[in-house]
Amino acid sequence: MTEIATPEPIPTPLLDRHEALGAKIVEFAGWLMPISYAGILEEHRAVRSAAGLFDLSHMGELVVEGPEAGVALAAALVTDPPSLAVGRAQYSMICAPDGGILDDLIVYRLAPDRFMVVANASNARTVSDALAERLDGFGAVLDDRSLATGLVAIQGPRSLEILQPLAGVDLASIRYYGIAEGVVAGIPAQVARTGYTGEDGFELFVDVERAGEAWDAVLDAGRPLGLVPVGLGARDTLRLEAGMPLYGNELDRATTPYEAGLDRVVKLAKAGEFTGRAALEKVAADGVRRRLVGLVLRGRGIARHGYPVLDADGVTGVVTSGTMSPTLGLAIAMAYVAPAHAQPGTMLDVEIRGARVAAEVVPLPFYKRPA
Amino acid sequence: MVPGDLRYTKEHEWVRVDGDEAVVGITQFAADQLGDIVFVELPAVGRALDHHATFGVVESVKAVSDLFAPVAGEVTGANDALAGSPELVNSDPYGEGWMLRMRLVDPAQVEELLDAAAYEQLVSEG
Repeated sequence: MTEIATPEPIPTPLLDRHEALGAKIVEFAGWLMPISYAGILEEHRAVRSAAGLFDLSHMGELVVEGPEAGVALAAALVTDPPSLAVGRAQYSMICAPDGGILDDLIVYRLAPDRFMVVANASNARTVSDALAERLDGFGAVLDDRSLATGLVAIQGPRSLEILQPLAGVDLASIRYYGIAEGVVAGIPAQVARTGYTGEDGFELFVDVERAGEAWDAVLDAGRPLGLVPVGLGARDTLRLEAGMPLYGNELDRATTPYEAGLDRVVKLAKAGEFTGRAALEKVAADGVRRRLVGLVLRGRGIARHGYPVLDADGVTGVVTSGTMSPTLGLAIAMAYVAPAHAQPGTMLDVEIRGARVAAEVVPLPFYKRPA
Repeated sequence: MVPGDLRYTKEHEWVRVDGDEAVVGITQFAADQLGDIVFVELPAVGRALDHHATFGVVESVKAVSDLFAPVAGEVTGANDALAGSPELVNSDPYGEGWMLRMRLVDPAQVEELLDAAAYEQLVSEG
C-alpha cells in the first residue's frame, strides 16, 4: 500500500478579505474558498435582483500562444477556436479519446496568436497536462497562469452600472461572450462578459498580486447599489437554476457531451482530427442511452445528487444535482434518464429516503433572466 | 448563550418538558451550522419513536441532516408551520421553529440529557 499524502489546500489570494467579511471557508477542489457570507439564500437573491461579487481565483487559466495556437486547440478540444474573432469566447470541452469529458472550458481569443483556456479548479491540472501533451508538435506553447491569475466576477442585473465607473473601457461594447483588455480601478485586467449564474455580468482576470485591490474596489463601488459578496454555495444554486452543468455532477469522465445535451458544442464539421472525434461521431450516429433532463418535484421533498429516478418498472436514472430553487420556490433537479423519458411533461418519481416522490420532466433552463 | 430551562443532546437538539410531554427542536448552533433551512420532514401524529430513532430530516440549501428522537415517546404533534415556513427554524429555533411534541415513555430519559451548561461546553469545544 502506498500512502497518498493529501496536499495542503491552497488559500485563495483573497482569503483575508473573506475572513474579514465573516465568510464560512471550506476546502474545495484543493483550495480554501468562501462558501457563504450572509447566507446562501440572501446571496442568491442579491445576484438575481442586484449584483453579487465572486472570488473565482481557484479557476485554471491556461494561455496557449504561438502561430499554430488556434489549430493546436482545434485538435485538442471539441470546438473550433480558430473560428473565434479576437475578443470573442466560446464554451468548449476537452474529451478523452473515448469521448468522455475531461473538463468543460471557456476559450477566449485574446489576440490572433493567443488564447486563454479557463478550466475548472478540480481539473486544472488534468487539463494543463492534457493540453501540454496535445500541443506537442504544433507551433504553440502552453503557459499555465492559474496561480499567477486572480479572478473576480460581478454577476447580476446591476453589474454594468456598478462596474462602468471603475472601468477604462466601454463595457456596453463588450457583448455576451466577449472579452477586452482594459483597466479597472487602475488595475490592468482582461474583462470578459461571461459567467455561471444566468445573469448578465463580467469576469475580471487580473494579476494575482492585484486581486485584493480589484475585489475591494468593486465591492466598495457596488455596496450602495445592492452588491454583496457571494460564495460557492449560491454559485451552485444560481448555475443550477440557469441549467448549467457542473463538472463532477452532470459531467464526468464517463459522460459524453451528447448525453449532457451539449451536441451543439461538438463541432464534428470542423476540418482535421481532434481527440475523441471517432468516438463522438459514433455516439452522434448511434444515439445516446441516457439524456440529461430538468426535473421539478411535484411532491414534497428535495431531490439530491445520487438519488435514483424511477419509472413504473424501477430505476431509470439518477439525480446529478438538486436543490430548493430560491427563485422559483420549487424543488428542482437535473438528472440522467432513459431517452424515452426525456420529453418535457413526462412524469417520473425520485426516490427520496425510500419513498417515491413525483417529478415532472421540464425544459432547461429552469430560470431565464428577464429580457 | 443557550436557554437555561431546556435539555440538550450531542446531536444539537433541545427538549422542553411540558407535563408528560416533551417538545423537541434543534439548537441555534445547529441551525447556524446548517445555514438557510429550506425543508423539514416530520413524522405523523401517533407514531411511536424509540430512543435515538430517526424521526425526520432537516434540509438546508446544501445538506440533508437526520433528526433523532432525544427520548422515547409517541408523537402527539408536529409543527405544521414548518412545511410552508422552514426558515422559522433559523429565525426562532427555540420558539416558532419547534418541531415535535411527544408523550414521554420514561421521563427519567430526560434527566440523562445534557443541561444548558454541559451543552454550551460541548459547543464551545467544537
